[in-house]
Amino acid sequence: MSEVVLELDGVVKRFADNEVLRGVSLKLHRHEVACLIGASGSGKSTLLRCANLLETIDGGSISLFGQPLGDRRIDPDLVRRHMGMVFQSFNLFPHLSVIDNILLGPVYALKRKRADAYDEALALLDRIGLRDRADEYPERLSGGQQQRVAIVRSLAMQPSLLLLDEVTSALDPTLVGEVLDLLTDLAHNGTTMLIATHEMNFARDVAQQIVFLEKGVLVEQGAPDQVFNHPREEATRKFLERVR
Amino acid sequence: MKLKTDVDSSDATPNLFAPRRRRLFVGKRGIAASSLSTAIVFGLIVSVLFVTPGGATVRYAFFNPHEMWVAWIGNPRIGLLAIRDGIFTNVWMFLVSEVLVLALGISIAWIRFSQSPVFVPFRLLATLYTDILRGVPTLLVVMIVGYGLPTLNFGFLSHQSPAVYGVIALTLNYSAYVSEVIRAGIFSVPHGQLLAARSLGLTQTSTMRRVILPQAIRTVIPPLLNDFISLQKDTALVSILGAIEVTRAAQIFSATVFNESGLTVAALFFLALTIPMTRYTDRLMARDRARRLAGS
Repeated sequence: MSEVVLELDGVVKRFADNEVLRGVSLKLHRHEVACLIGASGSGKSTLLRCANLLETIDGGSISLFGQPLGDRRIDPDLVRRHMGMVFQSFNLFPHLSVIDNILLGPVYALKRKRADAYDEALALLDRIGLRDRADEYPERLSGGQQQRVAIVRSLAMQPSLLLLDEVTSALDPTLVGEVLDLLTDLAHNGTTMLIATHEMNFARDVAQQIVFLEKGVLVEQGAPDQVFNHPREEATRKFLERVR
Repeated sequence: MKLKTDVDSSDATPNLFAPRRRRLFVGKRGIAASSLSTAIVFGLIVSVLFVTPGGATVRYAFFNPHEMWVAWIGNPRIGLLAIRDGIFTNVWMFLVSEVLVLALGISIAWIRFSQSPVFVPFRLLATLYTDILRGVPTLLVVMIVGYGLPTLNFGFLSHQSPAVYGVIALTLNYSAYVSEVIRAGIFSVPHGQLLAARSLGLTQTSTMRRVILPQAIRTVIPPLLNDFISLQKDTALVSILGAIEVTRAAQIFSATVFNESGLTVAALFFLALTIPMTRYTDRLMARDRARRLAGS
């Protein structure tokens, strides 16, 4: 296996006395796609937020390229520049045009010249077929288009990996396909991704690793064929029956 | 058993016509009715000046066209100040104050949101500042600044014109209000915006400046303009320090010729200033509401 990009080791997260993650460990290698599955409230989103340092953890450790993120000398802003994050509700910036949404990170976080980043941003929009919408505001786009813009917005930072938090859950069923197609495309190009999702067929198709969470516990992990077709755990089987 | 909530299954056709008395004001008759009621109400209000025992005196003392005109243009021959010469003072005072208030208000709101431990004393100060300056009457702040700073005897700070002290006092006072308005605006920006900006690796400062504040200020423009209207009126308070602005000029006029028409002129000046802004603010608010309704 190639280099380990992200590693979680016994991660614990509590909100007040509610334990949301109870010692979760997993490894994500370069060019690997891992899908987090599990019911709502199982801790998938929390896990992604902890990885991106949007939440502090209460136990265990998280490291990126072998560097422990709990170290005090770590700069969270630098860490986040290497991890793109895409949200369920897109969270595009409504006061900025599509192109400015994409340029915000490169220009103000990476301090790149706008003119230099501009062509790359246009190329990204071209890739999702929205080049001609560059100067429009997000509210004029459909949900699927907004989410695709949100994905390329995080790609514009040239991150080492992408964290995707149920990115199709807020979409109209007819718009889910275009977003999943983009993600499949990214996966085939070797983008390292950690994806929380309810789309089981998609997970089976793109992931090398499936991670099943229940109530903050990592119940089972393995290759898609093993988890989907020959689950070892009773809980996994029950969950898969319910979502099918 | 038949329940009261059961659908009435009787064959009677319901009557959908309004009762006769409510049909009086429909269509053209409605326009006539509104004109008539407007005329009556306004007529009654104005008639107070004609039917009350002191009505004639008030009309002479407050609404005397000739005196109003003299108050407006002044009379250098008898050393009478012109109200129109005071306008510039009011206008520059509120223009400068508004710029300063916006800058200081945003800074205070920002400081109150900052998380850096170095900022703890400033956060405390900012909280204390807004608490105190929102609670003290503007007139008192004007007097404290206007009499206090010269007494300090501290270089150029103590040798300024009353209008400058007025600007300082109004800025201090209104920044407290405006910082609260902006804080409310910041709270109104969805949390996801902060998450998205931070996940792009933007620092806290960049996030505030590029993502949160632009959205916050856009939502609070109507209440902000409201505070500015109020500030424009409150330039009148600086007259207490002896700044020759519209109100002061009007007072001097009244005291010299024993006719209060100058005060009416001053009032008209403030109305000419604030009414366009009030209308504009209302329009902005209506537009904002329409946009929000369309968006939901």
